[in-house]
Amino acid sequence: MSLLQLENLSVTFGNFRAVDNISYKVEEGEVLGIVGESGSGKSVSSLSIMGLIDFPGKVNAEQLTFDNQDLLAMPEKQRRRLTGSDIAMIFQDPMTSLNPCFTVGYQIIEALKTHQGGSKKELKARAIELLTQVGIPAPESRLDNYPHQLSGGMSQRVMIAISIACNPRLLIADEPTTALDVTIQAQIIDLLIDLQRKKQMGLVLITHDLALVAEVAHRVIVMYAGQIVESGPASEVFSTPKHPYTQALLASLPESAAGKARLEALPGVVPGQYDRPLGCLLSPRCPYATDHCRKVEPANQGDLNRQVKCHTPLDSEGRPAA
Amino acid sequence: MFQFIFRRLSLVIPTFIGITLLTFTLIRLIPGDPIDVMAGERGVSAERHAELSAQLGFDKPLYIQYFRYVTGVLQGDLGNSLVTKEPVMSEFLTLFPATIELATCAAIFAILIGLPAGIFAAVKRGTIVDHSVMTFSLTGYSMPIFWWALLLMLVFSVNLGWTPVSGRIDVTYWIDDVTGFMLIDTFLSDEEGAFGSAVSHLILPSIVLGTIPMAVIARMTRSSMLEVLSEDYIRTARAKGIAPWRVIVIHALRNALIPVITVIGLQVGILLSGAILTETVFAWPGIGKWLIESIGRRDYPVVQGGILIVACIIIVVNLLVDITYGIVNPRIRHSR
Amino acid sequence: MTTSIEASKDNIELTAPVPMTPLQEFWHYFSSNKGALGGLIVIALIFFMALFANFIAPHSPSDQYRDALLLPPAWLEGGNWSFVLGTDDVGRDILSRLIYGSRLSIAVGIVAVTASLVMGILLGLVAGYCKGVVDTAIMRIVDIMLAMPSLLLAIAIVAILGPSIVNAALAISIVSLPHYVRLTRAATMAEMSRDYVTSSRVIGASPLRLMFVCILPNCLAPLIVQATLGFSTAILDMAALGFLGLGAQPPTPEWGSMLANALQFVQRAWWVVTFPGLMILITVLAFNLMGDGLRDALDPKLKQ
Repeated sequence: MSLLQLENLSVTFGNFRAVDNISYKVEEGEVLGIVGESGSGKSVSSLSIMGLIDFPGKVNAEQLTFDNQDLLAMPEKQRRRLTGSDIAMIFQDPMTSLNPCFTVGYQIIEALKTHQGGSKKELKARAIELLTQVGIPAPESRLDNYPHQLSGGMSQRVMIAISIACNPRLLIADEPTTALDVTIQAQIIDLLIDLQRKKQMGLVLITHDLALVAEVAHRVIVMYAGQIVESGPASEVFSTPKHPYTQALLASLPESAAGKARLEALPGVVPGQYDRPLGCLLSPRCPYATDHCRKVEPANQGDLNRQVKCHTPLDSEGRPAA
Repeated sequence: MFQFIFRRLSLVIPTFIGITLLTFTLIRLIPGDPIDVMAGERGVSAERHAELSAQLGFDKPLYIQYFRYVTGVLQGDLGNSLVTKEPVMSEFLTLFPATIELATCAAIFAILIGLPAGIFAAVKRGTIVDHSVMTFSLTGYSMPIFWWALLLMLVFSVNLGWTPVSGRIDVTYWIDDVTGFMLIDTFLSDEEGAFGSAVSHLILPSIVLGTIPMAVIARMTRSSMLEVLSEDYIRTARAKGIAPWRVIVIHALRNALIPVITVIGLQVGILLSGAILTETVFAWPGIGKWLIESIGRRDYPVVQGGILIVACIIIVVNLLVDITYGIVNPRIRHSR
Repeated sequence: MTTSIEASKDNIELTAPVPMTPLQEFWHYFSSNKGALGGLIVIALIFFMALFANFIAPHSPSDQYRDALLLPPAWLEGGNWSFVLGTDDVGRDILSRLIYGSRLSIAVGIVAVTASLVMGILLGLVAGYCKGVVDTAIMRIVDIMLAMPSLLLAIAIVAILGPSIVNAALAISIVSLPHYVRLTRAATMAEMSRDYVTSSRVIGASPLRLMFVCILPNCLAPLIVQATLGFSTAILDMAALGFLGLGAQPPTPEWGSMLANALQFVQRAWWVVTFPGLMILITVLAFNLMGDGLRDALDPKLKQ
């Protein structure tokens, strides 16, 4: 049984479908990368796993299980016991994700106290240990710092420390390095992967950095306008993409434009609330779109291990099937 | 932190000078000769006029008059009342405790009701609780204070007889004036039932005076809470699995209260101007009633002195509010 | 971008509604706020009442009916349907006085708000645009005025100049000035740092043009909200001054001064006390509701 399994999850805000019938699973100790443009629904789907979607958003799913426990049917209190301990999440902007009124030490110890407990001394020792694990030098002095006294990279390390405090089985990292300097990005990713390997956590890494996903993820999911358009092992998806969107994503990387005058990009923009096509969501922009594509929404072809949502998936040459 | 305090303090001085200029010019704007004004209907002979002129310095150039005025103010000399001939400052000090007592009780009422109401409305956003709190607070500050006072008096004092109509205490009691605060003085005295009488006299005026601040505090708390609740660090706290009430009371409230403190401090001005109207209706012997009566009696030194003192109080309170804000806001607290 | 969406329009049926124009959007948000809509209707009614007072009021506001002193409202015992809301202590019809009183309140409100709005905008624009010494000077004066409670300052001004409606209106416009100056200055300074202002300057636009054509339209939204709320403050302050005997003088029918002598009638004739205040409450509430509705409809952050 997978660590996390979602089936046909949708999140709607009024008339707007932010997440449209997606299904995926995460195994124990696996790194799953979720890539997509801004507005593709990657963050919203993770927030719904954590139970952090508020009014007016609504979460519907056929199945949402963690470690064989049904998250949807679970009473509020029980779910809260899982949140922050077995399932943890770190967010994009560490500078605003820490409460400015409390010290770093207080916020780490709070995470520990909520789920574990122990004497003041024990908690303090554990906090120092966590800060060491995330690579913060002189941790004893850092405990009394306030968030505004820390740099971006340091804050994100503290966030990571808070999230691993209770040894989570699954860690969701929502664009953990987007707000950081390029030099710090690599350090933070190395730290995350290192921790993941040591603790055998499931890691869901949400990002729009394709190169990163190709490097660290076991499996990858590509999202577009709230739908999953392709999923599979990272090596396969990036070497032989089956969905035109994935192909276009890879083609738009600067590396693919060596020797050319312009970067390749699909014309048009991601559909928003007011211009969602009837059929395939990519059809206005897809170079291979047919009338059938424009009228009928494609079904998911393949199984959860290698899936693509297209009428005419690309073959190994990169051309659509007949 | 100290730089912040120092900068705030240095702003007080020009404001103070401005206020003294304002009160100085206001009185000089009264049409007519100041000595004739002071003499009133009786009028004054030409030589007495010249005598008084020299005595009061009206024959000197304006800037010297202003200088003498300011030095007098700094020493606490605000002139004498035209009606009672007593120094304005001592009259003020006699009557001030009554107003402070009223204002303090009103402020306590406003905070005790307004703060929780605002928090509740924010947490239960969009529900009937939210709408009722907002409606009540909107009605609260749309009301003319003096009418609210009359209405409450009509219902509770006249029709139901639950509360007294005016004054600070039943006339049957004679209380020694130890502190000037009726609640404390009655507590210290041996008279039976005096304390209860003092309390019952305070109820309606406090509610009336505190209604507008309560409404403002409720609204401000609600909007501040709503803003804080949408911040990233609240999302982090919830992602940690912390119980909802803890998220609200410990994480959100601390941050939400920071602007609310400023608002509470600014209510002092509203309380003082509301006191003028409330004291008039309830015949409460405080400085509000004193100022209004003095205006009616053309007692200009009192008016001038009263306005100056009230303005200075507000400046000091604003300064304290700013400093408290600096202490409470960790970003400013830790800056140099 | 446009081409591909147009192309898609030819081939695909849209599944979602077409977005609205700014004016439509504003009205959509404003009208979905029941309170704001109610406020608007009440204000329209009061304006109507003020304009056509001569035709609507059953009696003249100063006619004294010696044989109908302190008559209770028509639906109570002893009441008379020619005096629907009763009469006061000199026999004047309360309903007529309230209707004529609306004329005064609205007029004073308009004058006071317009005067302080215009002056406030000018000073705020100048302060925000010129910065430096001019800015500091203007802001010092504003701070001093804000250091005093507005009612106290208004009372002082009226006390000096002598009680009358004109002086009361003048006092009210002076004490509301600081709010508009501050608001305009803050908005001006925010707009000044924007690129479109810099580019206009580079092209060579004159300061006047910059201030009134470029910057002011963008500051309008919060100013409109403040003006609406300022109207309600003006009415409240006017009533307070009237109550203290510093505004409208008898026999002018003004809601606040109708309450000035009401203290003595609290026991005998509750209607003399209740109706004028109720009128003030309803009017001020209407303006506040409308102001709130305007603020919510114009503030982009609150939109979903």
